Amino acid sequence: MDHKLPPYATTGQRIWFYGFRVLCGLIFFFLMAPILTIIPLSFNAEDFFTFTPGMLAFEPEAYSLKHYVDFFTNPDWQQALRNSVLIAPMATLLAVSLGTLAAIGLSQSHVPFKGTIMAIMISPMIVPLIISAAGMYFFYSRVGLQGTYWGVVLAHAALGIPFVIITVTATLVGFDRSLTRAAASLGANPVTTFFRIQMPLILPGVISGGLFAFITSFDEVVVVIFVGSAGQQTLPWQMFTGLREQISPTILAVATILVVISILLLSVVEILRRRSERLRGMSPG
Amino acid sequence: MTDAATGNIGRAAADARRAEAEQTGPVMAADGRPLKQSLNRALRAQKLRALALIAPLLLFLLVTFVAPIFDMLFRSVENQITSETLPRTVVALEDWDAQDLPSQDTFAALAYDFMEAAERRIHTRLGSRLNYETTGISSTFRRSGRGIDDLGETQAEQFIDLNPQWEDPAAWVALMAAPDWIAAQADWAARADAADAADRPFDEAEPAFRLAGGIAATLPETADAYRSFATTIQQEDEDSPTAEEPWNTVYLALYRDLLRQPAATIAAYDGPQAALVQEAAGVAAGFEATDLPAFFIDMDDGWGDLKTWETIQTFSDPYTAGYFLAALDLQLTPQGIEMQPEEQQIYLMLFWRTIVLSLTIMGLCVLLGYPIAYLLSNLPMRTSNLLLILVLLPFWTSLLVRTSAWKVLLQQQGVINDTLVWLGLVADDARLALINNQVGTVIAMTHILLPFMILPLYSVMKTIPPSYVRAAKSLGATNSTAFWRVYFPQSVPGIGAGCILVFILSIGYYITPELVGGRTGIFISNRIAFHISDSLNWGLAAALGSILLILVLALYWLYDRLVGIDNVKLG
Repeated sequence: MDHKLPPYATTGQRIWFYGFRVLCGLIFFFLMAPILTIIPLSFNAEDFFTFTPGMLAFEPEAYSLKHYVDFFTNPDWQQALRNSVLIAPMATLLAVSLGTLAAIGLSQSHVPFKGTIMAIMISPMIVPLIISAAGMYFFYSRVGLQGTYWGVVLAHAALGIPFVIITVTATLVGFDRSLTRAAASLGANPVTTFFRIQMPLILPGVISGGLFAFITSFDEVVVVIFVGSAGQQTLPWQMFTGLREQISPTILAVATILVVISILLLSVVEILRRRSERLRGMSPG
Repeated sequence: MTDAATGNIGRAAADARRAEAEQTGPVMAADGRPLKQSLNRALRAQKLRALALIAPLLLFLLVTFVAPIFDMLFRSVENQITSETLPRTVVALEDWDAQDLPSQDTFAALAYDFMEAAERRIHTRLGSRLNYETTGISSTFRRSGRGIDDLGETQAEQFIDLNPQWEDPAAWVALMAAPDWIAAQADWAARADAADAADRPFDEAEPAFRLAGGIAATLPETADAYRSFATTIQQEDEDSPTAEEPWNTVYLALYRDLLRQPAATIAAYDGPQAALVQEAAGVAAGFEATDLPAFFIDMDDGWGDLKTWETIQTFSDPYTAGYFLAALDLQLTPQGIEMQPEEQQIYLMLFWRTIVLSLTIMGLCVLLGYPIAYLLSNLPMRTSNLLLILVLLPFWTSLLVRTSAWKVLLQQQGVINDTLVWLGLVADDARLALINNQVGTVIAMTHILLPFMILPLYSVMKTIPPSYVRAAKSLGATNSTAFWRVYFPQSVPGIGAGCILVFILSIGYYITPELVGGRTGIFISNRIAFHISDSLNWGLAAALGSILLILVLALYWLYDRLVGIDNVKLG
């Protein structure tokens, strides 16, 4: 099917053409509706999880910011936010620095056991989270990392590494090696070459890998529940407990804030992807 | 020129080259080394450099991720707890035929083991472990831990009545301890006193107890029981055997030794305290005895049940297949492997449900994802990029946000039910049960996993040239023939990739089923989590996890064969 209906289309073709578009519209609706519904619901003045008659009539007093106020004043939520903000960047830093080095190593032409190494590095993404969580819980308890800040950071860094490896190796595929050779022939040492030539060119890949690692840690709940203790309760963990026990409308306010954060991150990744393709002389697509 | 002449010239040239090569040797690099060697060396350096860059991450992952996975695999078969907690009993039970209650000797071994285990407070741990296999053992162990102190009291009183020396810790130390230990201990005590007098802190531990050389040959059980007593109080309570009267079980052991050892052996003993021992040996035969099985059964009936003993015997190996069998609804009995009783079979059903629901979710994802991917790949780039955002935004949104949205929408008083009632499709008193059941799990997980189907499908469909379908149509194919015979077969790799990806992700899901699945919509992962944090049956959790892991790795291997791990794309 082409994207435009030719002027000579028969009635059957017209029905099929528009019918298909309506079907796709419904599926898009299914994808977006849950996320879009909770945004207005989070401004509900009542403690209900559905639209009150007042909200449907757009009465201003039916809307309020009280759930947001609760999020920003409730010590439990604030502690959770603080933990999330402390854990995710540190895990990202570890994942990005180790992952970028390894991706550069993997992109060299002669790497022994490349397949095995690659499989090990991707494995945290493949193994179901509950299994990683179980293994880490058992093992970290043995070595005394269970229930500590560093235990959670190390676990989250491990989970974020595959994303860094994948994005950075993908950027390195288009990297022109003659640039580093040119730098070397002009007298630059390997460190200078890395920071002045290679790094600026692969930076978009590194940053978007880092964003993936960040969102992995920031959103992660299964591993932190097992590896962390009450002192490492993060935002998703707090939401999970809230949803399981007493569901409070503050969760919707938190959810809305997280949706806004994801929109921001998505835009950054998209801009970086386009920039990286432009730098490598590909057409953005 | 003839052919022969050409051949001659060619041969002459080759000879000349060979002669030259013999003079100058192999081709040289600029630094005077043979080129081949030089190249090899450069290649080796390059490999080493690459490995040096990879090594930090590889080490990091081995410690933080791979080791935990192997730890879990190890835990699913490990069972050292029985042989560590009851070492003597396990040995004594080796040749037991499971026909009658074990012998007095086995009960004596159990008494010594249990006394030490109770003192170290590890008997309840073994009790809970064996309770997974035979219900009731946990309470048997707990009760016996409280009563075991009194076992041997009769003997202890009689020995003390005979000679008050038996009450004196120093007399026991003189009998049992190695002379060099006695010296070292005295030395340590002197230093402790000096420190105490000078108000200095003193945190040196007492020298570890050592048994005298000859005593084990004369009084084997007593020596063993006393060593168990001495080391345990040293390690657990930081007490000294020089200050503590032995446990009652030590007197029991002494009584048993004096009756069982040949009189000549006792008479021949000439070590420290020989007179004390020989005095007791003369009259011990007249002491009141204790019926050990009766004593244990009096503490808890469980000890009179052959099943308790069979369980200890069956699970005495340091490695067991028991957890894996339990994970497959089987059990290890002394008669061999059997199915669990009907009402306890849940895991096969859970695995089956996990697979069926995952397949349902996968099927729904194909049905919903295919039209979207098709539309996206046939629209002009600008429009499709815009619509792609509608797919990517849910993909990037926090899993918890999407799950909580569904929890809110699907409730009985939620938005969907309200809308249906308002539209008049559903009566107000017959609101649909959309949550806390399988329907909830399937709806929410289809929504969450749909982007993972659309993205690989889209990337495959983008590469299908539209000219093929046009060619088919120009040759007379109808729209549906052109689609099913030309377009669809080319999109099958995308369906395969998307299906495996969705299926792999789905069978390991935990959060969403936990929150919207209720009791009937949970997956095997939820059971694993339950065993880790609630029932504390870690071995079973590890076995269930290992089975799930094997399943996922097999699927992943398939994915790698079909799609290639290098083709994983994000966003």
